[in-house]
Amino acid sequence: MPQFVFLVILFPLLGVVVNTFLTRRWSETAIGWFSSAMVGASFAGSVATYATLLGFDESARHFQQVLFDWIRVGSFHAPATLLVDPLSCVMILVVSGVSFLIHIYSIGYMHGDPGFRRYFIFLNLFVFFMLLLVLGNNFLLMFIGWEGVGLCSYLLIGFWYADEAKATAGKKAFIVNRIGDFGFLLAIFLIWSVFGTVQFHEIIPRLGSFPIGSSVITAICLLLFVGAVGKSAQFPLYVWLPDAMAGPTPVSALIHAATMVTAGVYMVARTNFLYSMAPTALEVVAIVGGGTAIFAASIGLVQNDIKKVLAYSTVSQLGYMFLACGVAAYGVAIFHLVTHAFFKALLFLGSGSVIHGMSGEQDIRNMGGLKAKMPTTYWTFLAGTLAIAGIPGLSGFFSKDEILWKTFSSGHHTLWILGVVGALFTAFYMFRLLYLTFHGQFRGSRSQEHHLHESPSVMTVPLVILAVLAIIGGYIGLTPALGGTNPFEHWLHPVVTQGARAHTLLGEASHEVGALEYLVMLISVVVALLGIWIARSGYLRQASWPGKLSKGAAYNTVLNKYYVDQIYDTVISQPIVKISEVMAQWFDLGVIDGLVNGVAAFFGWVAGGLRRVQTGLVQNYAVLMAAGILLILATLFYRVLF
Amino acid sequence: MYSSTDIIGILPEFLLVITAILVLILDLLDKRGETAGVVPLSLVGFIGAGIVSAFLWDRGGYAFYDMVVADNFTTVFRVLLCFIGAITVLVSPAYLRYRDIRLGEYHPLLIIAVFGMMVMVSAADLLLFFLGVETLSIALYVLACLDRRDSRSTEAALKYLILGAFSTAFLLYGVALLYAVTGFTSYAGIMENLRETTPDPLAVAGIGFLLIGFAFKVAAVPFHFWSPDVYQGAPTPITAFMSVGPKAAAFVALIRVFGIALDGTADVWMDALAIVAALTMTLGNVVALRQQNIKRMLAYSSIAHAGYLLVGIVAGGQRAFAALSFYLVAYALMNLGAFTVAMLVNRRGDGDYQLEDYKGAGFAHPLLGATMAIFMFSLAGIPPTAGFFGKLYLFSAAVEKGYVLLVVIAVLNSALAAYYYLRILGYMYMARPERELKPVPRLGAYTFTLILTSAIILFIGALPAGMLNLLFAALP
Repeated sequence: MPQFVFLVILFPLLGVVVNTFLTRRWSETAIGWFSSAMVGASFAGSVATYATLLGFDESARHFQQVLFDWIRVGSFHAPATLLVDPLSCVMILVVSGVSFLIHIYSIGYMHGDPGFRRYFIFLNLFVFFMLLLVLGNNFLLMFIGWEGVGLCSYLLIGFWYADEAKATAGKKAFIVNRIGDFGFLLAIFLIWSVFGTVQFHEIIPRLGSFPIGSSVITAICLLLFVGAVGKSAQFPLYVWLPDAMAGPTPVSALIHAATMVTAGVYMVARTNFLYSMAPTALEVVAIVGGGTAIFAASIGLVQNDIKKVLAYSTVSQLGYMFLACGVAAYGVAIFHLVTHAFFKALLFLGSGSVIHGMSGEQDIRNMGGLKAKMPTTYWTFLAGTLAIAGIPGLSGFFSKDEILWKTFSSGHHTLWILGVVGALFTAFYMFRLLYLTFHGQFRGSRSQEHHLHESPSVMTVPLVILAVLAIIGGYIGLTPALGGTNPFEHWLHPVVTQGARAHTLLGEASHEVGALEYLVMLISVVVALLGIWIARSGYLRQASWPGKLSKGAAYNTVLNKYYVDQIYDTVISQPIVKISEVMAQWFDLGVIDGLVNGVAAFFGWVAGGLRRVQTGLVQNYAVLMAAGILLILATLFYRVLF
Repeated sequence: MYSSTDIIGILPEFLLVITAILVLILDLLDKRGETAGVVPLSLVGFIGAGIVSAFLWDRGGYAFYDMVVADNFTTVFRVLLCFIGAITVLVSPAYLRYRDIRLGEYHPLLIIAVFGMMVMVSAADLLLFFLGVETLSIALYVLACLDRRDSRSTEAALKYLILGAFSTAFLLYGVALLYAVTGFTSYAGIMENLRETTPDPLAVAGIGFLLIGFAFKVAAVPFHFWSPDVYQGAPTPITAFMSVGPKAAAFVALIRVFGIALDGTADVWMDALAIVAALTMTLGNVVALRQQNIKRMLAYSSIAHAGYLLVGIVAGGQRAFAALSFYLVAYALMNLGAFTVAMLVNRRGDGDYQLEDYKGAGFAHPLLGATMAIFMFSLAGIPPTAGFFGKLYLFSAAVEKGYVLLVVIAVLNSALAAYYYLRILGYMYMARPERELKPVPRLGAYTFTLILTSAIILFIGALPAGMLNLLFAALP
């Protein structure tokens, strides 16, 4: 099986090629199912890969497949090689599995869209690049995947490009991501100049000569993290993700919740051997992660667009993952990545089902009472809501609780408090969303009510599958405190301890179950229940405090997202536009164009002169050649004689 | 008697000669003079010779008392030359029929020309090399004037003949002088006996004359005057052929003679060659800026490319030679492609290849436009094309050897060149046609050529390492 790993990335690529060239005359159904089948085949390949890894001895669960020699210039060498180890295996399972479900869902959601075929080409291309990103055995290949998913994200956010606001959202995502990518690129340059290689397995043995806390490794880690902050929408580069909701909802579910935005988390976990040697960088990761978790959650409290709430929730949950990375609990971060992929994809697809049923309405103030008309959507959405809120027994509880416990037990008490408050916010905004959407009276227009319907089974079946995963997905990482053996952590253990000296830095994690762990767990549960209770009083019982609160200044600040977009606009965008205008006027048109035109005119003049030498007369040519001969001989003899 | 290794060593050349004779006989058998069978027969000859050449990888060696060397380096270029021959055969018939040129005369000459180039490539002796050069040249003189009713074609051929004879004398003189000094005409013998850095004045003169002969063959400044006139006058498929084949053959011989055999005396000729290289690329590019005729523009462009390629000879060493070989392959593909487009755009025209004709052609003929874009990007050296990596490898090898000034000149030249290559794309996609473009015929052979060449350019451009490793393995 190891020699067939390339099939995992080949199938989606095949989908792109076939859809681009051959399916022009196919029916929607054929295109949709063909594209889904390609991703399904990729998922089957991932499962087979997983089975192969299981067959290996625990200490040797990794292999590489060299596809071809890609670039070799001097001492620089980047092969196209796929790396399969427990980490990349988890990632390809999640990416191909969730993608498969979302492809099927899209057949229903995109039904009748004139860009149906284009949509599936982009979606298949995205899956290809995402799998390449997680399977690459070196930074350069990872970067290709990284840029590729960014491109697909841009294309899909602006999928309905005729709407200028949506096209602008696509551009914003692309530009903000470029800022992060610049950091990533600098990191790759630095890695190459320091280690002389960009391949992960060649870097690890060369780390021995660097001390813990080495400034160059810290610099590398911080630059890599700049890339992660851009791609995974962390503070201060998170601003593109809420706008990215302009894309079709399945895209939001796949790219902007379950997979692409977690690439930054994957990257930090993948390069844990570097981060574990740079405590300062880890501290930065933890603070940015924890800060973003509560910051984004607080914005989510007051949003009225169903997708915006989920978008800020995604930013916040990604913050939790980085918080876990920052306290060197990389395995836990990936655990949360997996459970989050299940419940957040579920929630987005559920919201898509709602929007589909409501004829495009996204404002939750105009919804209400959908529970009766859309039962499957409601019950699956409820499962996702309970999971993300951290109710014991569902997947989100296990992973989020473990993050909070690792934060607390590693001594980051302030960050732990932020995390707990964030959890309170999370439970509140999710239940506020649930109550406003599905409970109470219908508040939309009459025609909306008339058209209200449950979505077709091609959409609800993926919802049900994801709901099951959101409920039971957490049991793969059941901690000893809850009577499990944590097989997930065990599985990732060889990868996340690659930094040979990570242990000495972080101390051996204690496996003893103490009372403290139960106390921390209890606090999380109480906080979650408190959040639900507050939401219940405000939006199900319709107490008067939400109305009063909404007149306060604090409410407006949060509603306007702390004015961050406006601040960026005033401090960064506007001055840049102003400067650009001035530069365009006098520097570009005057100096640069003048220079260019001057040079062009000069060469034109020279060429005009030289052209006249080409008289067409053989005699002239012979004379000039004779002059050349004399010149060459003179040069030769000059060298010999002098 | 000759042994079997001798015969195997020249098997591809042998096959080509047989094909040429068969084509002649086939033409004789048909009194009407319009023999369709010569095209497939020539094609089979080239493909067969190419396959046999490839088969000799790691199996060849020296033959005929060390006159012929059939090493892997020879193999690579034999295959390339057969490929060039085959592509030329593919794109010729439609043009020849239109211009009323006899296929039965054209094809044997073309095969003989390729035969001459293969001899140049596989020669291990200056005399054999000279025979190859002359075989090629005489075939080309005739091919250039095959369009007898076009006075420009005849004029071009005559100029080519006179100036060619002029340069041939120098080449032969150089061989004679080196023989006089060393007592050898074989590359190995000359290398053995000419190692001192300040050789005999007679040897210096010999090296100089040899250099002049080569400079003429690759159309380096100031021995380039023939090329724009001949390129413009010759039948367009022959122009395409001339711009890539002889150049590749001559550069392989340059690597063998100057790069290896005369490496010991490099101090003597290095400066002169570097100056010629700098002048060649600069003049080629500057004059190309003002050309309004695409055949002339591509002629000057090919002069400029000879300048870049000379940088590889100046730099010397395995890396530079591998890079140079890489560039020759890339150059052959992109120039053949560009000329094929030129033929298509003007096939129904009056032989007037104006750049104006390209206005708006990109949208009217999507395949033509897209492939032309690939050829122009590759010629300009923009990634991800073969042309980009060719330049990258070539220039980085030269920088490594310390020829920074030369590379700076080359890079500035590349920037300059981008203007006239991209101008065509500007015409194709951003300008409105001033007059209706004559209908571009849909011909399978042309479409195939365009797709094949552009696909290989992109493939090598995306995955350059495989090609480069192959060429490294092939170096002598």
